[in-house]
Amino acid sequence: MTAPSTTHVPIRLDHPLPETLNAQIRYLLETQPDATALYFITPDGEQVISTRAFFEHAAEVAHALRQNGIQAGDLVVLVLEHSLDVLYSFWGAILLGAVPSIFPFLTEKLDPDRYFESLHALVERSGVRLIITYPALYHPLNSVLVDVEGMLPILVTDALTPGGDPDEFLTYTPTAESTAFLQHSSGSTGLQKGVMLSHRAVLNQLAGYSAAIRLQADDVICSWLPLYHDMGLIAGFIMPLMQGIPLVLMSPFYWVRAPHILLHAIQKYRGTLCWLPNFAYNLLATRVRDVHLENLDLSSMRAFINCSEPVRADSHQIFQEKYAAYGLAVDALTVSYAMAENTFAVTQSGMDGPQKYDRIQRRPFQEQNRAVPANGSDADGVLVMVSCGKPIPNCEVRVVDGDKKPLPERHIGEIALRSDSMLTGYYHQAEISAQALHEGWYLTGDLGYMAEGEVYVTGRKKDLIIVGGKNIYPQDIEAIVSQIDGVKDGRTVAFGVFNDKLGTEDIAVIAEITQDDEETQGRIQREARQRIVQATDVNARFVHLVGPKWLIKTSSGKIARNANREKFLQEMAAEGLL
Amino acid sequence: MDIRQELKTFITKEIMRNPKYPLKDVEPLISGGLIDSFSLVEVQLFIEKKFGVWIDDMEMTVATCNTVDDIAKLIEARQ
Repeated sequence: MTAPSTTHVPIRLDHPLPETLNAQIRYLLETQPDATALYFITPDGEQVISTRAFFEHAAEVAHALRQNGIQAGDLVVLVLEHSLDVLYSFWGAILLGAVPSIFPFLTEKLDPDRYFESLHALVERSGVRLIITYPALYHPLNSVLVDVEGMLPILVTDALTPGGDPDEFLTYTPTAESTAFLQHSSGSTGLQKGVMLSHRAVLNQLAGYSAAIRLQADDVICSWLPLYHDMGLIAGFIMPLMQGIPLVLMSPFYWVRAPHILLHAIQKYRGTLCWLPNFAYNLLATRVRDVHLENLDLSSMRAFINCSEPVRADSHQIFQEKYAAYGLAVDALTVSYAMAENTFAVTQSGMDGPQKYDRIQRRPFQEQNRAVPANGSDADGVLVMVSCGKPIPNCEVRVVDGDKKPLPERHIGEIALRSDSMLTGYYHQAEISAQALHEGWYLTGDLGYMAEGEVYVTGRKKDLIIVGGKNIYPQDIEAIVSQIDGVKDGRTVAFGVFNDKLGTEDIAVIAEITQDDEETQGRIQREARQRIVQATDVNARFVHLVGPKWLIKTSSGKIARNANREKFLQEMAAEGLL
Repeated sequence: MDIRQELKTFITKEIMRNPKYPLKDVEPLISGGLIDSFSLVEVQLFIEKKFGVWIDDMEMTVATCNTVDDIAKLIEARQ
């Protein structure tokens, strides 16, 4: 092991921070141009890219953007697959001081019309100045965006000039307060909220979070995460690149088809850190074939970090049991609570002591919003909560009641945070920005409690279904299904049902229908599933069609989501379909 | 039971949790929103166990395995 003094990463709390990401690029090009920045893994093989080569490619994009009239501060949207193109384009915009934002790419499951519509809405609302995409998408995009006023060109990837020179752009220095890029809160229907992050906020996050995870120069980060989500963008892209440590990256589409490639990449490149949503632990524990596990060695891993959807103790357990035999360290499974509005991490667990699991009594939790430690004689049952750890440096967390007043330990309320890496605001949406902040505290909408300085997340204030780390609003699903011919207007309800086997939520939707012959049922079933996947890229597991007056309403005439959920679960359990 | 029927029973009951769903042989499974990428792995494991046929991870795509018919043909060719 190398002495700690020589293995520090450059962006750290006990050193002056660079002013901007651009300044950090300059530093990296001066100090370690030949160091490997990226191992990019595709089904066709692997590419190894040095820091210098990486930013030369980015400079090509910067050059092309400038030729197309893009200036500092202009919003540039990237409609690109998870590829080198999107990586270079992102930094090309930053080199120029423009503001990049990554839009999820069109998949074979999404409805193209709907997809282009949401892109159109984004362009109109956010004043996008340019889109970078592939030649094949030029014409469809152009025809959708033709009516947008003041829209600058669509730049296609094959129009980039080879041999860009980063030095040409390195004289450019934005201010620390200027917006570095936009992250989008993940949602089902397009991108509603663009989170503006300044250079300073991002660098503060990198310094604070790097300290929390004890990041060192000899770390190697492995990731398959999508880049339009904070976990993939910050932990799985910007942090390693700016800290000058190698990133081993693969596409989520490749990974989902062959999950074992992540494990082999860790082994090959001696990976030390990897961020995963909870479902990935279940998938890797139960769905990797034995033939792909032969001679596997995960002993290089310092930490797997569970993030972006509710963390389950049993997911950790099955993962640990499966991979202990392959060198997984006992204390390697940790948790982070994170959100785009704080750039990324709010907390991190398990780095300076074992990961904590809090056993609490079920009844006070359900009836009094309190997390009372279990004492061994708990007839009503015990819940195991997984700690998200302590807040990272320069980030404060508190739990507040409905009047935004702080609550004592072990009382469940809304989680609020204050830090030096928070959003500047939501892009072109001053109103929502004002709503989310209260006296400098950002109200997260998440419910949870604090115990011994550690944060436990227990749920959401508003209904939200999180499927494999993707946020889906039940209202969106209900609206989609309501539009189907034969469904009674307004008589639908959607909610999440936790799937223990998969370690994530399933979508369930119930709809009252007017005719219940087999043919109509089949057609509505088919249409509901098709429309949901086309709009959200996520499947509905349960589509439950029922007769008139099945749905329970509240006294005020609203459809009661929880009561209907209970009724549905009982019916499904009775039929053995849960 | 023939291969197509076995597949349909498995998919409607175990994945879609709706045994009454009138699944057709040529209906799009992946692009139709019936099966997601994660459930594809379950179909693969079922095929391996039931029919003794190995389908590689990378073969399970919309182009090659989007219908019961596609999958049945792949199984038949390898049995």
